[in-house]
Amino acid sequence: MAREKFQKVHSSAVPVHIENVDTDQIIPARFLKATTRDGFGENLFRDWRYDGNNQPIADFALNNPIYSGDILVSGKNFGCGSSREHAAWAITDFGFKVVVSSFFADIFKNNALNNGLLPVQVSDAFLAQIFEAIEADSKATFTVDLQAQTFTIDATGASASFEINTYKKECMLNGYDDIDYLLSLKDKIEEFEKKRA
Amino acid sequence: MAGKTLFDKIWDAHVVEQIEDGPSVVYIDQHLIHEVTSPQAFAGLDARGLKVLRTNRTVATPDHNVPTIDQDKPIRDDLSRFQVDKLTENCERHGVTLYGLNHPYQGIVHVVGPQLGITQPGMTIVCGDSHTSTHGAFGSVAFGIGTSEVEMVLATQCLMQSKAKRMRITVDGELGPGVGAKDIILYIIAQITASGGTGYFVEYAGSAFRNLSMEGRMTVCNMSIEMGARGGLIAPDETTFEYIRGREFAPKGADFDAAVAKWRELYTDADAVFDAELHFDAADIEPMITYGTNPGMGVKVTGNVPNLSDIEESGRTSFSKSLEYMGLVPGELLLGKQVDYVFVGSCTNGRIEDLRAVAQFVKGKKKADNITAWIVPGSKQVEKQAQEEGLVAILEEAGFMLRQPGCSACLAMNEDKIPKGKYAVSTSNRNFEGRQGPGARTMLASPITAAAVAVTGKIVDPRDL
Ligand code: SF4
Repeated sequence: MAREKFQKVHSSAVPVHIENVDTDQIIPARFLKATTRDGFGENLFRDWRYDGNNQPIADFALNNPIYSGDILVSGKNFGCGSSREHAAWAITDFGFKVVVSSFFADIFKNNALNNGLLPVQVSDAFLAQIFEAIEADSKATFTVDLQAQTFTIDATGASASFEINTYKKECMLNGYDDIDYLLSLKDKIEEFEKKRA
Repeated sequence: MAGKTLFDKIWDAHVVEQIEDGPSVVYIDQHLIHEVTSPQAFAGLDARGLKVLRTNRTVATPDHNVPTIDQDKPIRDDLSRFQVDKLTENCERHGVTLYGLNHPYQGIVHVVGPQLGITQPGMTIVCGDSHTSTHGAFGSVAFGIGTSEVEMVLATQCLMQSKAKRMRITVDGELGPGVGAKDIILYIIAQITASGGTGYFVEYAGSAFRNLSMEGRMTVCNMSIEMGARGGLIAPDETTFEYIRGREFAPKGADFDAAVAKWRELYTDADAVFDAELHFDAADIEPMITYGTNPGMGVKVTGNVPNLSDIEESGRTSFSKSLEYMGLVPGELLLGKQVDYVFVGSCTNGRIEDLRAVAQFVKGKKKADNITAWIVPGSKQVEKQAQEEGLVAILEEAGFMLRQPGCSACLAMNEDKIPKGKYAVSTSNRNFEGRQGPGARTMLASPITAAAVAVTGKIVDPRDL
C-alpha cells in the first residue's frame, strides 16, 4: 500500500539531549494496549513529559514552546530496548519526520524506515554541533535532503552525509513498502519452499 | 575459501533473494505471536484482503498483558481484555494455533517455544518481541521484529533484512560458586555497554557456555539484545539434542535421529572469520547486579556505584540522571542497601531451573519482613512442574507469592507494578526508567542473588549465605 513520499525536510528541531533513550521512555508499556496504530503521539515520552499528577514538566523539550519542528534530535544509542513499533508510531504521530542521533538501535531503525520516519545517523562531533546550533537559537533550521543523503545546519552551512541503503531510500522517496515487494515474490517464495522440502 | 560462521550457514540457507545494495529476503521457519505487537499486523492483512500464508509455521500465545491472578475469570482491565480477545479472534479467523489463557501450553512466548520443542537448531525464528534472541540458545537465528515486519511474515513467510555483522564472544574457564548464566551475561554487557553489540549477531563460544544447561544458555541469548545485538546464538551440542528429545513438537524416532545428524553440521568452521572477537575469563565473573537504568550499568554485587570520574565525559549527564532516578550516589557501596521487592520471573529467568534454584536456596528460610516477593512461572508447564516437584510448597512456606504465568512485572503492562520509588531486585532483563512501573527502581540480578536478597531484605552477596 502506498505511503506518503518522503520530501525534503526544512525545519527547526526539538532537542532531547539524552543518551540511550530506550523504547520504554519513548512509549511506556502501559500505553501499548491499543489495537490500532493511531494516537500514540499523545503518550510520546509520557513519563518525561508529565509528572505523577499528569502535569506537564515544564523543562522537558517537548513541553517547551521555544522548540518545535519536524526533526527530533537525541543522544547516542536512540531507540534501544524493545521491538515495539509503537515507538516509531508515537514519534510520527507526534509529527516528527526525521530523528537524528549518533547511533540507533537496529530494530528501531527498521521500524522507523517502515513507517516513513527517517533515522539520520551522524558523528558524535556533528551531533554536538546540531545541539549547539539549537542552543544558540531554538528556531535554528536544518535541511534534510534524502535524495542527496545530507543533513545541513542552515545557520553555519555545515553539512554531514548519512547512510541509507539504496533499496530503503527508493522506498522512502517513492512511498513503497516492503510488503508490496514481498508479495510480488510469491512464486519465488514457493519455489524456495519446494526446494527445501 | 574461508569457512563460514554458524550464523552465516543458517542465514545463507534462508535467503530467497538478495537485493543489490539492499536487504536480503529471508525465509522464516517459525513465527511466534503475542497479543501486543500483532493486532495492527492482522489489521494490515485484512486491509489488503490477505490471509496468513503458512499457519503451520505460526503459533500464538498471550503473555505481555495477561493478569497473573484469577486467570480463569474474565480479564478485568477493559483494554487488556480487548487486546487478548483480539488475538483470539485474529487467530481463529486465520486458522493460527493459539495457546490462550488457561490452555496448558500458555506462557511467555520465549518460554513456550523451546519447551514444546517448536524451537529447533538451524531455524530462522522471529517474533514481534526483542527477546526472541532467547531461541538462539538452540543454534537458531532468532530475532525480534516490529509490527510491520510481523505483517510481512504473516503475509509472505519472509522478511527483508540486512545481514548483521558477526561477533564472537568467547568465555573460557570455570565459573565460581554462586555464579550463573545471568551473571555471565550481565558481566559481558557491563564490559561492552548497552550498545556494544549494535549491528552484530553474536555467537557465544567457549567452555563457560558449553557447560551451561539449555535454560542457562537461554538466559544468555535472551539478553543479547541488551547489548544492542540483533541476536545471539550458541552452536547446538548433546545438551541441546537431549533437551529437545521427546518434546511435543520435536521430531520423533528415526526422524529425530535424522534431524540430529543435520543439526551436528551446525557449527562455525575453524577458519571462519568474525567482524569482531571478544574474550573473557570465567574466573573474573562474580555475582552481578545493576545500579542504573540500562542493563550495561552493572557491577559485581560486592562493588560500588562508579564515580563520575569513571564515566566518559559525554555520558556524564545521562549517568547522573540515571543515579538520581535510582536514588543512588556515585561511589556508593551497594551491599546492605535495603530492598522492597523481589521479582523472579520473565523470559530471562522464569524457567523451571530458575524456580528450582530459588526454591533450593530459600528452603527452610523465610523472606525478610520488608520484602514483597513475587514468583511468576514463565508458562503453565513451568507452573505445573513446579507444583509437581514440590517447589511451590517450599516457596510459599518461605513467604513468596506465586502468581500465574505471564510477563508480569517484567514490563508492568498489567497490574503487577513496582510502586514509585521502591527498589526491586529483579531476575528480568531491563532496568529502564519506569520499566517495572512509573518510578520503579529496578536492579537486575540472577535468581540466586534475588533469593538471597529476599531472605535478608537487602543487597547481599549470595555466597555469604
Ligand atoms: S518476560 Fe519481559 S522481556 Fe520477556 S517477553 Fe515478556 S515482557 Fe518481554
